[in-house]
Amino acid sequence: MSTEQPTWFTREHYLNASFGWRSWLLTTDHKRVALLYLMTITVFFFLGGAFATMIRLELLTPAGDLFQAETYNKLFSMHGIIMVFFFLIPSIPAVLGNFLVPMMIGARDLAFPKLNLLSWYLFVAGGVFVLWSIVAGGVDTGWTFYTPYSSMFSNTNVVLAILGIFIAGFSSILTGLNFIVTIHKMRAPGMTWFRLPLFIWAHYATAVIMVLGTPVIAITLALVALERVWGVGIFDPALGGDPLLFQHLFWFYSHPAVYIMILPGMGVVSELVTTHARKRIFGYSFVAFSSIAIAVISFLVWGHHMFVSGQSQFANLMFSLLSFLVAIPSAVKVFNWTATLYRGSISFSAPMLYAMGFIGLFTMGGLTGLFLAAIAVDIHVHDTYFVVAHFHYIMVGGTIMAYLGGIHNWWPKLTGRMYPETWARVAAVIVFAGFNLTFFPQFILGYLGMPRRYHAYAEEFQVLNVMSTAGASILALGYLLPFVYLIWSLKYGPEAGTNPWEAKGLEWQTLSPPPTENFEEMPEVSEAAYNYGSPSPSI
Amino acid sequence: MEQGFQLFPRQASTFATHVDRLYLFLTGISAFFSVLIFGVIIVFAIRYRRRPGHEAIQVEDAFSLEILWTAVPAFLTLGIFVWSSSLFLYQSIPPKGARDISVVGQRWMWKIQHSNGRREINELHVPSGQAVKLTLTSQDVIHSFYVPAFRMKQDAIPGQYRTLWFEATTPGEYHLFCAEYCGTNHSRMTGRIVVMSDVDYQSWLGGGMEHTPVETGKQLFTQFDCASCHESGERRRCPTLGGLYGTQVELESGQKVLFDESYVRESVLDPNAKVAKGFPAVMPSFRGQVSEEQMLDLIAYIKSLAPQQQRELVEGANR
Repeated sequence: MSTEQPTWFTREHYLNASFGWRSWLLTTDHKRVALLYLMTITVFFFLGGAFATMIRLELLTPAGDLFQAETYNKLFSMHGIIMVFFFLIPSIPAVLGNFLVPMMIGARDLAFPKLNLLSWYLFVAGGVFVLWSIVAGGVDTGWTFYTPYSSMFSNTNVVLAILGIFIAGFSSILTGLNFIVTIHKMRAPGMTWFRLPLFIWAHYATAVIMVLGTPVIAITLALVALERVWGVGIFDPALGGDPLLFQHLFWFYSHPAVYIMILPGMGVVSELVTTHARKRIFGYSFVAFSSIAIAVISFLVWGHHMFVSGQSQFANLMFSLLSFLVAIPSAVKVFNWTATLYRGSISFSAPMLYAMGFIGLFTMGGLTGLFLAAIAVDIHVHDTYFVVAHFHYIMVGGTIMAYLGGIHNWWPKLTGRMYPETWARVAAVIVFAGFNLTFFPQFILGYLGMPRRYHAYAEEFQVLNVMSTAGASILALGYLLPFVYLIWSLKYGPEAGTNPWEAKGLEWQTLSPPPTENFEEMPEVSEAAYNYGSPSPSI
Repeated sequence: MEQGFQLFPRQASTFATHVDRLYLFLTGISAFFSVLIFGVIIVFAIRYRRRPGHEAIQVEDAFSLEILWTAVPAFLTLGIFVWSSSLFLYQSIPPKGARDISVVGQRWMWKIQHSNGRREINELHVPSGQAVKLTLTSQDVIHSFYVPAFRMKQDAIPGQYRTLWFEATTPGEYHLFCAEYCGTNHSRMTGRIVVMSDVDYQSWLGGGMEHTPVETGKQLFTQFDCASCHESGERRRCPTLGGLYGTQVELESGQKVLFDESYVRESVLDPNAKVAKGFPAVMPSFRGQVSEEQMLDLIAYIKSLAPQQQRELVEGANR
């Protein structure tokens, strides 16, 4: 059964170019680093998911009967810390971004391959500290570490967790730095800025936020540790500090961090929609610049987390207005993606199902953001389940949908194997259904007034909580399925071939899996991104 | 309290009806755009599904469409901003003559004192049809005073004073929650708001059996020996306090600060931070000696000192 074509096994590519653990742990190949990240964040994802499962089980009944209050508080804190800092922030940039940024611009590797490997080690080191804090008994401050609770009152392993996030922050900075330099300096001949895939624009915007924002969270958490360990009065009023200073500094990073999590997802969706509808993106420059606009405005809206903290009326009004501004570039993206489908050749492949799910759920997440930007409504729903629902629509309905869609879309390129399409479609539908059943009831719970981070709650909130927990169990199944069939496909999936989706984009012009140097010969670019078909004159 | 399954919270304050109107408008907008986007995606997905004989047709960008769907969200959000901000301004300025009640958050309870001195814990009785102004602070970490039926929430921050006002409309019992995570028993830092008719409230308050905050504050003023300087008439050592509340005080640096709750508090705990112009920095700190509730009583007393009374006091001391 020998064929003329070299197969996965007979041809040399980045996966079989060298063997042994040293070849992986000392690799400077961006594709291998991407896989190291993929494996690491998958562990964190299921760990964070396990905490979420325990939270939902506790909330099945109004009484706090499954766990002690202390335990419950640690569960939601660890869920938040792990999901935000160790899954969502690295998810798309560190896995798909690492793999695709050089390939999409026609480069051999990132600008600083060793820094790229270092970033993974820093990420793992940070993760080790956070895992240590869990094993040593956990942290109960919430992922937000609000002072003076975190600095002076909590009896848990705050410093260990902070140290973990501090270290992992450097991995984020290095990744961002690497992307910026790579995108500026290493584009293939002919790959002008306006021929770049929108995935690259989105990652460029993300990288800018990573580089500018992450140092602020690092220094803020370091100050919490200073106050906690040596009693240096910074945030605790009993020591002459100001607790609101912490919130300003924390959200100065953590609101832009929301866009670190969602912008790469927007980049992924631009690729999925064009690939699986065989269409040029509608309004390329509007989609590209809206990413930059979102990145810029994201630094000016942090105060909307503090509408009920008693900051000045004027500050409230300014932050409210600026927060509404973010809605505009976000809406522009949604409309352009939707318009891209018009007259396309739309495939119902799993990546497209995820992309469509993303657009719809991101729309809902974005629209419910308007409620929170409106101060009068935010006063009521701030710190309730409405906020929880809103950001899960963005983070889970948005980012994780895009991440899963992207993993499926580029799985053939990453591994050289096709995933089982039917199973993948089933999983996408289950994820969509489970997600909505989990989080939609939480909007209603929030408006009814159920505060977040409640271990026990009033009885009239139970029905909606039961619905949410039921949804979470469906969602969990939806996440386990890809884990199983993707691993299965590594051995049993059919070989993918160079370009299974007949997509444009440089990454599809090289072999699957690509050779270590990505391209056998340096590509030259002579056409715009997404140059599908030929244009018709009018819409 | 509330029983059974609900989809919409009860309304029990004047503010609640306003907020709900905006909320329902936003819900309408959200439903419209969500259905629009999902609808268009589904229609396109079916109509342009990949099938034999169907090819994608590329279309040119349409600048006019881009302008349209930039402008529509821009105007819509601007309108929502104006609507919500006007509501916020109404809500953030307490009306004159609102009934003063002080609230101190402490892990994990709410300590409340009415203007006649009556105290309660985890319960707040208020009259309906009257503006009530809460002055909030915290003894330890940040808490948040949240009454869903009033659509009202305000953080209680240690070392600082915040106000929140409402006018309850419907007698009944409503949830009181702590909305800012504050540690182990955060979810038990709950209570109830009892809205009563004015008559019922007056009889509940009782006939002044207890000391009012002003009276208690006056006692504390003597007990902590504040009076020995601030009421002695030794004008060279320290200012007399009558009539100062709510005015601008000039500091040695020439900077002016508002003589308000926060300034009184800071001056008691950290007297040298902002010394009034023309006085020596000789006052000792009372940090660790005055509880948050005592501080509120002291503030109530200092607030009550009119310039007239002060002069009489001084004259009395001199005589």
